[in-house]
Amino acid sequence: MIAAQRRIRVLMGKPGLCGHDRGIVLVVMALRDAGMEVIYSGRHNSPESLVEVAIQEDVDVLGVSILAGGHLALCERIARLLRERNAQDIVLLAGGFIPPEDIPKLKAFGVKEVFRDGAKLDDIVRYIEGAAAERATA
Amino acid sequence: MDTPTAEPHPDAPDLRAQQRAACDPADPAAQTLLMRLRQGDRRSIARAITAIENETETGRAIVRAIQPDIGRARVIGITGAPGAGKSTLASALIGELLHRGHRVGVVAVDPSSPFSGGAVLGDRVRMERHTLSERVFIRSLAARGHLGGLSRAVFKVVDVLDAAGFDAILVETVGAGQSEVEITELADTRLVVCPPGLGDDVQAIKAGILEIADILVVSKADLPGADRTEIDLRFMLSNRMASGQPAIMRVSAANATGIGELADAIDASPRGRETRRATGVRERTRRFLAQETGNLVRARLLAVDNAELNALIDAVARGEIDHAQALAQAARIAAGNWA
Repeated sequence: MIAAQRRIRVLMGKPGLCGHDRGIVLVVMALRDAGMEVIYSGRHNSPESLVEVAIQEDVDVLGVSILAGGHLALCERIARLLRERNAQDIVLLAGGFIPPEDIPKLKAFGVKEVFRDGAKLDDIVRYIEGAAAERATA
Repeated sequence: MDTPTAEPHPDAPDLRAQQRAACDPADPAAQTLLMRLRQGDRRSIARAITAIENETETGRAIVRAIQPDIGRARVIGITGAPGAGKSTLASALIGELLHRGHRVGVVAVDPSSPFSGGAVLGDRVRMERHTLSERVFIRSLAARGHLGGLSRAVFKVVDVLDAAGFDAILVETVGAGQSEVEITELADTRLVVCPPGLGDDVQAIKAGILEIADILVVSKADLPGADRTEIDLRFMLSNRMASGQPAIMRVSAANATGIGELADAIDASPRGRETRRATGVRERTRRFLAQETGNLVRARLLAVDNAELNALIDAVARGEIDHAQALAQAARIAAGNWA
C-alpha cells in the first residue's frame, strides 16, 4: 500500500461564554499550516461537548481558548471529564488572557501547558509537535 | 430499511457467526478494539477509525474483521458547493432521523491543504447540538489529497460505523464543484444541495454533479431567489432524457421547514439504480480493488526511476509509440516493481 501519513489531530474550541475568537482562529491556521488536522468547534462549547468531540475525533491534543475569565472552573471541569472518560492521555492546553498566578493551578488540574497572550505561534506549533510525538511513542 | 435480495440475509445468525470467526484478527489489541467497537464503545470506534485512516496493521485487521457486519445501514450522501448548506442540512436531518428512532453516524469530509497537508475541519460546528446525543457519532475526515470529494478512507470509515450499529449514516463531501461525483458509489441515497444565487439555467443543464442526485435539495428556501433556483432545476429535469427523475425538495433550516418531507423522500427514494446495497458486497469489493490497484500503480510509476521506464517516457514524448501500447508497458513495469 501507499503509506498513509499519520497526521497530528487537534481539537480547538472555546468553552464558556467568551466570544473573542480572533486568537484561536490564528492558532488554528498556524496549526493547519504546520500540517496538522485541526477540528475547530467554534465558540460557546460546554466542557462536556468538548470532551465528547475530542473522543469522537480521536485527537492528540485539546486546546481551549479563554479570554474572559472562567478559565479555572472550565479547565478544572474539562480535565476532570477527560479523566472520567479515561481520556487523560489527550494533551490539554489552555490559552488566552490567563494571569500568571493561575498557571500552577491550571497545571495542577491537568492542563499540560498554558499559552498566554503574546505567545508565539511557532512555540505553540513546536510544543504540540513534541507532545504528539511523545504521545505516539507512549 | 430493506435488505439486498441477491445475497444471503446479512442477519442470518449462523452465517454471520461463522464469517466472524473466520475474519477475527489474531492480534489481541485489534481483538479488544473490535469487541468494544461492536458494543458501540465510542472511544474504540474513534480509535478504529484513526487506525484505518493511517493504514496501520490494526486498521487493516479491523477492516477485514468487520466485513460480515457491514451492509445494514442506509448511507445518505450530501454534496454541493462550498457554503451550499450541507452541514446545516446534515444537522437538521440528524435531528429528524433521531426523532424517527435511528442511530445516526456522520462522516464529514473537508479538504486538506495542498501545501502543508494540514486541514481545518469545521463541519461539526453546525451539528453541535447533537454532540451529546448517545445515538449520534460524528467524525471529521480530511481529504488527504484525495480528489473526487471524499477521502481514501471514507468507504472503510462508513463500514466501521455500520459495524458499530449506526443504521443511518450521513456522508458529507467536501464542498464540491461540478465533477466530484465519487459519492455516487458510496451512498444509497444522494442529496445534491443547491442554494439560491449560484447560477442560472445554463449551469443547471451542465453535466456532472446535478446528474447524480436522487433528491435535489433547494436549501435556504427562505431566501429570495429560491423560486428561481427551483424553476431552473425543474426546467433541467423536464428536458432530461436519462433514466431516473430526481425529486426536488425545498428546505429551510432557518425556518425549520421541509426536513420531515425530505426524510420521507429519503425513505422512499428509488431503488434499482446503483446503490451501495444494490451493488452488493462483491461488486463493491471489486471496485475497491480496482481503485486501490490504480492508486498503487500510480504511486509506483511516480516513485520508480529505472532505465526501462525512462526509455518508455522518451518514446512516448517522441511519438514513437502509441498510448495504448505505452500503457500496457507501464502497467508491466509497475507490476514488476512490486512483485
